[in-house]
Amino acid sequence: MAKEHPLKPFYSVLVLAFACSALVAAAAVGLEPYQTVNKTLNQKKNILNAAGLYQPEVGVEEQFSTIETRLVDLVSGTFVEDPDIDPFEFDQLDAAMSDENGRDLDPDTDIAGIRRQEKYSLVYLVKDGDSFEQVVLPIRGKGLWSTLYAYVAIDADLNTIRGVSFYEHGETPGLGGEVENPRWQKGWQDKTLYDQTDQLAISVVKSGTQASPEERDYQIDGLSGATITTQGVDSMMQFWFGDHGFKPFFEQFKNGGLNG
Amino acid sequence: MAESSKELIVRSIFKRNPIALLVLGICSALAVTGQMSTALVMSICVTLVTAFSSLTISIVRYQIPNTVRIGLQIMVIATLVILVDQILQAFFYELSKQLSIFVGLIITNCIIMGRAEGFAMSNPPIPSFIDGIGNGLGYSLILMSVAFIRELFGAGTIFGYTIFTTVSNGGWYVPNGMLVLPASGFFLIAMLIWLIRTYDPEQQESQ
Repeated sequence: MAKEHPLKPFYSVLVLAFACSALVAAAAVGLEPYQTVNKTLNQKKNILNAAGLYQPEVGVEEQFSTIETRLVDLVSGTFVEDPDIDPFEFDQLDAAMSDENGRDLDPDTDIAGIRRQEKYSLVYLVKDGDSFEQVVLPIRGKGLWSTLYAYVAIDADLNTIRGVSFYEHGETPGLGGEVENPRWQKGWQDKTLYDQTDQLAISVVKSGTQASPEERDYQIDGLSGATITTQGVDSMMQFWFGDHGFKPFFEQFKNGGLNG
Repeated sequence: MAESSKELIVRSIFKRNPIALLVLGICSALAVTGQMSTALVMSICVTLVTAFSSLTISIVRYQIPNTVRIGLQIMVIATLVILVDQILQAFFYELSKQLSIFVGLIITNCIIMGRAEGFAMSNPPIPSFIDGIGNGLGYSLILMSVAFIRELFGAGTIFGYTIFTTVSNGGWYVPNGMLVLPASGFFLIAMLIWLIRTYDPEQQESQ
């Protein structure tokens, strides 16, 4: 082979890299609408899943139509009655990043590792006719590699966990990635968030920890082989069900009921 | 090398199967063969990526400087894999969730690099494309055979349809739990290699 010009490799790499990145960018932009549709559908499916309502044979949209989507002011705990904001169009993560609807968390409060929190959060009310059955709340927090996103369904007593569904994460498959495992998620059912004195008592503990029967109501078994993911899931529970999370909403809700 | 297209394909499937003779691409062959549907999608993805990466690399083979050829090959392969991944996410979301990281790992599937470096760099585009298809099909054949055995005897189903009703569903069949685990793929692939090499002793390695 004839000797190559020393600069030739640079040119060829540059040209090919440019062509490849153009292709990838075109695909990412062109296919985004389809992917967004899938993502929203997946989120709705997970909301139903957390509430224990998901039936594979019925369309997701159809099942979801029975669920009421509302916005909650996380600081005051009241429903947002702003006609300018449509809950169906509201993007919570965008809101957290915006100057107007989000705020920086200081490191002491930010135990879940989310850095910025939104002013308003979406909540999904599940009703049977007129009676309120359960509420599904979105939570998120940092695990080992990634931010984990989940929905937690809470019973009408605003204390008992009805179910959980993790819908997006980038944890190690087979270890931290087991948050997706339905069998593990089943272990969340019937756990209690607050103790008799209304203090947050729930915790996600190291898998296999021995506990007394009273403690067991507040303890969720962690994932074996995934210590940091388990700690992350614990922190996000502490954050989102504490004073900076949904606790004010629960209090308002208990005092004023649905219309509060 | 003046082989006809038919020879190129048949050779890659039986005489020079990438998994059975070259023992390449084992990682994904273990990971996605628990169910036939994931194995089928993986087969299609790998076949497409191998064919098109061989084609692309063969077209530009005179422009590729020798010193950076591996890097350029990986770049072409990675681009194709990202495209496949994006398309799966857009149109087959459930499957893409099931395959999760394995689609991304197609990049590291040695069959694709092997065909790019071993065939496409020294052959014209059309034969390279056909060689890619052939190797993809050879990979698919093994993948589908392993998945068939694992799903049928591990879960009693084929493509999710019940063939043997398992005991837990009130039937008679006690599923073989080991076949559900990825490690069983090792044994099945080993047995397939043994069968193929017994049938065609030419493939045996000389001592």
